[in-house]
Amino acid sequence: MSATLAEKIIARAAARPSVTPGEVVTARVDLAMIHDSGGPRRVAPILKELGVGLWDADKVVLISDHFVPGDTEEGATILRLTRDWARKTGVRFHDGEGICHVVLPESGQLQPGFFVVGGDSHSPTGGAFGAFMFGIGATEMAGVLATGEIWVKVPETILIEWRGALNPGVMAKDMMLALCGRLGMDGGRYQAIEYTGTAIKALGMQERMTLANMAAELGGQVGLIAPDETTSAFLRQVGADVPDFCDLKTDAGAATADHHIFDASALAPQVAAPHSPANAMDALAAEPTAVNVAYIGACTGAKYTDLAAAAAILRGKRLAPGVELLVAPSSKRDQDRAAEEGIMGVFESAGAKILPNACGICAGYGTHRLDAGVTCISSTARNFRGRMGDKDSRVWLGSPLTVAASAIRGQIADPREML
Amino acid sequence: MGRIFLLGDDIDTDQLAPGQYMRGGIEALSAHCLEAVRSDFARDVRPGDILVAGKNFGAGSSREQAAEALRFLGLSAVIARSFAGIFYRNAVNLGLPVLVAPSVDGIDEGDEADVDPRAGLLRLTVKRRELALEPMPENLARIIADGGLVAHLKKRFAEAR
Repeated sequence: MSATLAEKIIARAAARPSVTPGEVVTARVDLAMIHDSGGPRRVAPILKELGVGLWDADKVVLISDHFVPGDTEEGATILRLTRDWARKTGVRFHDGEGICHVVLPESGQLQPGFFVVGGDSHSPTGGAFGAFMFGIGATEMAGVLATGEIWVKVPETILIEWRGALNPGVMAKDMMLALCGRLGMDGGRYQAIEYTGTAIKALGMQERMTLANMAAELGGQVGLIAPDETTSAFLRQVGADVPDFCDLKTDAGAATADHHIFDASALAPQVAAPHSPANAMDALAAEPTAVNVAYIGACTGAKYTDLAAAAAILRGKRLAPGVELLVAPSSKRDQDRAAEEGIMGVFESAGAKILPNACGICAGYGTHRLDAGVTCISSTARNFRGRMGDKDSRVWLGSPLTVAASAIRGQIADPREML
Repeated sequence: MGRIFLLGDDIDTDQLAPGQYMRGGIEALSAHCLEAVRSDFARDVRPGDILVAGKNFGAGSSREQAAEALRFLGLSAVIARSFAGIFYRNAVNLGLPVLVAPSVDGIDEGDEADVDPRAGLLRLTVKRRELALEPMPENLARIIADGGLVAHLKKRFAEAR
């Protein structure tokens, strides 16, 4: 019987021969990922109330990223609590290595076909590896940590096919902003989004992660990409096992809810105006909008690939007067690689300030929140009012290339003019 | 038994749990529940009352307080043409019955009604009419009947011991 990728993963996790969209099944999770903000401080009291410990400490991954580097009193206290809990429980702990959605796959623990929950709304990122991974709240996470199980309503699959090929200067982020504009932030209806097509196939893993990550902004439960040789190359590189995943794909005859087709070759660099990712438009149409802050950060927009893209624009150039460029590489591993290749040096020469490998301004944490009146162009996923600082700050979203080009110009700029 | 409060489409989590009151605890937050759409909602609503809404109820953020506020105010159920996914999960896990109605035609503001989540029925007691809802899946109805996920698990662990 033909099935979608989402149905196959859920059926396996629920120990069922097959599942049908709309039915509610109980699935066993292969991994549960939590961070310092929604993790120990929230789930430990519930576990205590239940009077139970973890169902399997080896399947729990704790990553500190929200309150790193702990430069506030509140942050330092939460990090201490997080570290104590990690020691006590023996979970897998990655401390100060970067943002959870990037650190998890880099740690080699995420496998195609896994059924995974994350205590964070950007958790669909894991779908780039062909894992059914979605975000849940603290109460549900406590339930998972206690039982290893969670209920799931089998989603329909919405196919998003990108034909053709991206032009130079256009990135996965531009695809996602365009999709948010076209389909709206509830276009995903909490169903399974699956990205297919030649333009997706051509993307590297970190670009695919950007697509999966922003399935959340499309309102999908998950954002899946069927694993292929690009996936196995990444897994080998991080020292992970490469499972046999030849059946991890949506069968040709499987029933899907929608099938949207887009032409990657026709896509121009996008920006989203304040205060919604759905306010997407061509970057050219937003010129000239003056910016004071340019931010390259977050799980969505500061992975190695994002840093390399931005550096290609910034090399040998200086920031526009009055513009501050802040760069918070998503992970230590990505920053180290960027440093080895001279990419971090490009940022420094251009006059950028380098921030810790953490969620930072994107989640409104840390000491660099945006002030009232500031206009920021950001490589992050969300530009809701007040999210990155004062409610009277304005955030535009763009690709790392667009952010870099805008930092040089001092106003929103189409990066293709600078390649 | 309670009264129907009728709302439109796309009621979002900021309307249910306004961001600026999030730090004040659930009681203070609930006093502002839905005030952007009905300024007197928190004052008027009584335990047992039922919310009936259109499409995409609970859209927006993943904050659990959106469902928690409705439960705190004593709503016996939310009936909508459709729910945003994370809100639906949170409501079940916090013990708030959430039911999908194929149509909300014939339901009026102020109607006296009661809901049977397992059977998927809304009874309009004065109008003497019954409306079919999509029944809640049995495993979710059980979580709700136990009072939410934490209470449900407590019971399950107690039975296992």
